[in-house]
Amino acid sequence: MTKLDSKVPKGKLKDKWSNYKAHQNLVNPANKRKIDVIVVGTGLAGGAAAASLAEMGFKVKAFCYQDSPRRAHSIAAQGGINAAKNYPNDGDTIYRLFYDTIKGGDYRSREANVYRLAEVSNAIIDQAVAQGVPFAREYSGYLDNRSFGGALVSRTFYARGQTGQQLLLGAYSALSRQIGLGNVEMHNRTELMDIVIVDGKARGIVTRNLITGEIKSHFGHAVVLATGGYGNVFYLSTNAMGSNGSAVWKAYKRGAFFANPAFVQIHPTCIPRHGEFQSKLTLMSESLRNDGRIWVPKKKEDAEAIRAGKMRPEDIPDEDRDFYLERRYPAFGNLVPRDVASRAAKERTDNGFGIEKNESGEGVYLDFKYAIERLGKDVIEARYGNLFQMYEKITDENPYETPMRIYPTIHYTMGGLWVDYELQSTIPGLFVTGEANFSDHGANRLGASALMQGLADGYFVLPYTIQNYLAYEITNPRKNPAELEEFKKAEEGVKSQINRLMSVKGNKSADYYHRELGKILWDKVGMARNEKGLKEAIEEIKALRKEFWENLHIPGNTNTVNPELEKANRVADFLELGELMAYDALSRNESCGGHFREEYATEEGEAMRRDDEYMYVAAWEYKGDDKEPELHKEPLEYEEIEVKTRNYKTA
Amino acid sequence: MAHKTINIKLKVWRQKDAKSKGAFETYELKNISVDSSFLEMLDVLNEKLVSENKEPIAYDHDCREGICGMCSLFINGRAHGPDDLITTCQLHMRKFSDGETIVIEPWRVGSFPVIKDLMVDRTAYEKIMQAGGFVSVSTGGVPDANAIPIPKEDADEAMDAAACIGCGACVATCKNSSAMLFVAAKVSQLALLPQGKVEASRRAKNMIAKMDELGFGNCSNTGACEMECPKGISLAHIARLNREFLTANIKS
Repeated sequence: MTKLDSKVPKGKLKDKWSNYKAHQNLVNPANKRKIDVIVVGTGLAGGAAAASLAEMGFKVKAFCYQDSPRRAHSIAAQGGINAAKNYPNDGDTIYRLFYDTIKGGDYRSREANVYRLAEVSNAIIDQAVAQGVPFAREYSGYLDNRSFGGALVSRTFYARGQTGQQLLLGAYSALSRQIGLGNVEMHNRTELMDIVIVDGKARGIVTRNLITGEIKSHFGHAVVLATGGYGNVFYLSTNAMGSNGSAVWKAYKRGAFFANPAFVQIHPTCIPRHGEFQSKLTLMSESLRNDGRIWVPKKKEDAEAIRAGKMRPEDIPDEDRDFYLERRYPAFGNLVPRDVASRAAKERTDNGFGIEKNESGEGVYLDFKYAIERLGKDVIEARYGNLFQMYEKITDENPYETPMRIYPTIHYTMGGLWVDYELQSTIPGLFVTGEANFSDHGANRLGASALMQGLADGYFVLPYTIQNYLAYEITNPRKNPAELEEFKKAEEGVKSQINRLMSVKGNKSADYYHRELGKILWDKVGMARNEKGLKEAIEEIKALRKEFWENLHIPGNTNTVNPELEKANRVADFLELGELMAYDALSRNESCGGHFREEYATEEGEAMRRDDEYMYVAAWEYKGDDKEPELHKEPLEYEEIEVKTRNYKTA
Repeated sequence: MAHKTINIKLKVWRQKDAKSKGAFETYELKNISVDSSFLEMLDVLNEKLVSENKEPIAYDHDCREGICGMCSLFINGRAHGPDDLITTCQLHMRKFSDGETIVIEPWRVGSFPVIKDLMVDRTAYEKIMQAGGFVSVSTGGVPDANAIPIPKEDADEAMDAAACIGCGACVATCKNSSAMLFVAAKVSQLALLPQGKVEASRRAKNMIAKMDELGFGNCSNTGACEMECPKGISLAHIARLNREFLTANIKS
């Protein structure tokens, strides 16, 4: 018996959002002033929501752990943002963007949410241009587009290789304006420590000031979590060092269901790891696959010679190169979706064709030789100059002359807190937007769709849907958290957790445990999973968590800047979240999107979905520290779309 | 394959908090891979300090791919260290030689007070942005994105300016601690685009007034800021800022 109500409005798919907006409850201007909304996280989803809600007249309190909202990790998105504008006249429509997103997600996302996402996509581009976002343009003065994986049209808008930066600075400028006007109270360098529930509703948060260590309560009529994904659970990922899963994890432990935690995205084109002290991995934008060709040597002896440093990639003639994506997927070629490209790279590497000069050999080539021959160096430089420069700074190799070395790594989490059509979690008054929720990308996200979803949620969805909830809050006056028992209790809980961490007084750093957790997850809950490995992972994570609480060491004290304490807090949560991921992966006996179970593959090595049994969202409920989580299922029903096996071999 | 490694000596600024007096402390590190980044080298040092039950060095960093603008180290007398067009996190150890002594300091700017060790408080930048670093448009009710064509050259130049990551290297490098390049980058970006042109003069005036109020110095056109900007923001944007500022003064 499921407790999940997705609240998808009735009516035809294309009318649902219009109908919803026509009939939802709104809050009148005089009442908006009396309503406080807490927004945690200031990336695209949070920054856009905080600015939009403040413009509408709500009183917003916004929080970020960085020293400025402008530094949220949305800033690092490189390639672009999708929208169904059809400016290039190549046949794009809202339906096609919707269809590509559902198919790209391997039929594991909610139809109505995805349709709405495609529907509002065009307004995002309009909004960004109005804010002064300098998108790339043609000589005509009109906007330029490029292609991304999983689509047969060019629908991606971009600002050089810094699209995320420019869109975030757009949202940040809108937010700054509202801060200046006094409509948003901004709390920088402040981390969420807990969510406070009063009478079954989210009523506020407890935070820690990262400079002074002060623990403080904040009241809100609703709480919005826009805290991003939990990819850093793997230690090495393309996330920022501070990106973490603690806010969603605290929400989970307070009763919000966690959906599809095993659905993580492994991005095919990252710079391979160089050594033990590596702290993060750098992404090379998917846009590079527009012009770069991916290959490994055809002959094993060539691959071996390259790994031994006895041969250079330039020495291998074209006929001895295996362009394996073009070979396996003629229709989409180098632009297959990320999960497909990543698995194909792993397949070649596992079979001994990897090119990286280390024990794992984990690496393949992304070669621009052909594009430079075809278009000239100048064109390639104009398109990707900053990415090539970034690559050269890190590797000391010139990608104009020698192919880039790349390999898949953790990039994005499709899983997240379960939300209904209104982006409300299973805790009333707790809303979740952007990467922090699970809603739109199913089992695999298409490139250039994260920016689209973050801004769709932040500008155009949440500011409407939250009012349907807040309309019932207008009779509840603003409260002083100091007068509420629940806040006092939550603050005490936070303080005791910090004291517990500080008093372990062992001899290993938080980073040590984080790295160990990352190894377990990458090996057993990573690109390929199986029942045996997942069961082992659960036991190993339990053991590691136990050791963490017995042997952690945090120097310094709690009432000052203490990065080791910050890390320990986050790692403590990751050590629990990682286990839930393994549970979810174990319970899903099929392969879909980024979730690849080795037991469920076709003879050609493609993912084998099992729609008859697993066409559902897995939403996990926390039952206590020592108890197994409970699985709730939201069945996925496709009314508009015919569910098929994903095929990128033929159009 | 064995990686090339170097041994180094570090002189690092340590300061307990904003009120305390700081001083340099010396550390030695052995076998640092030249392929590791500068911040990964600091991670190794910090891990060592933690294992010795000493307080690790506090420094700001986040994305580690040169875009968030959080990292802010003054290395061997240069903002973001001895390489051009990079942030601290993009600096790699291959830029240093075996046996070298490396001096690491925070930004030394009155308007960016030190919080701890190598961390500084850049709230002043936030206040400048809040004073006018935006187009006064609210969500919704805007025209189609292609309604107003923008010459490619203008969009490209606006993008050059918009690349600013707000790290503060320009201020830290300027002998007057001026924030002119930072302010100019935003004013110029928005003045180049029709959407931002409408309130360009007002924006310039408000942002400069806030900059002055917060104690940043004047621009004396030495161009040092441009040299150290990790994103290569050109001094030409300061000329455009001055133009907008002048127009604002004539109008009022």
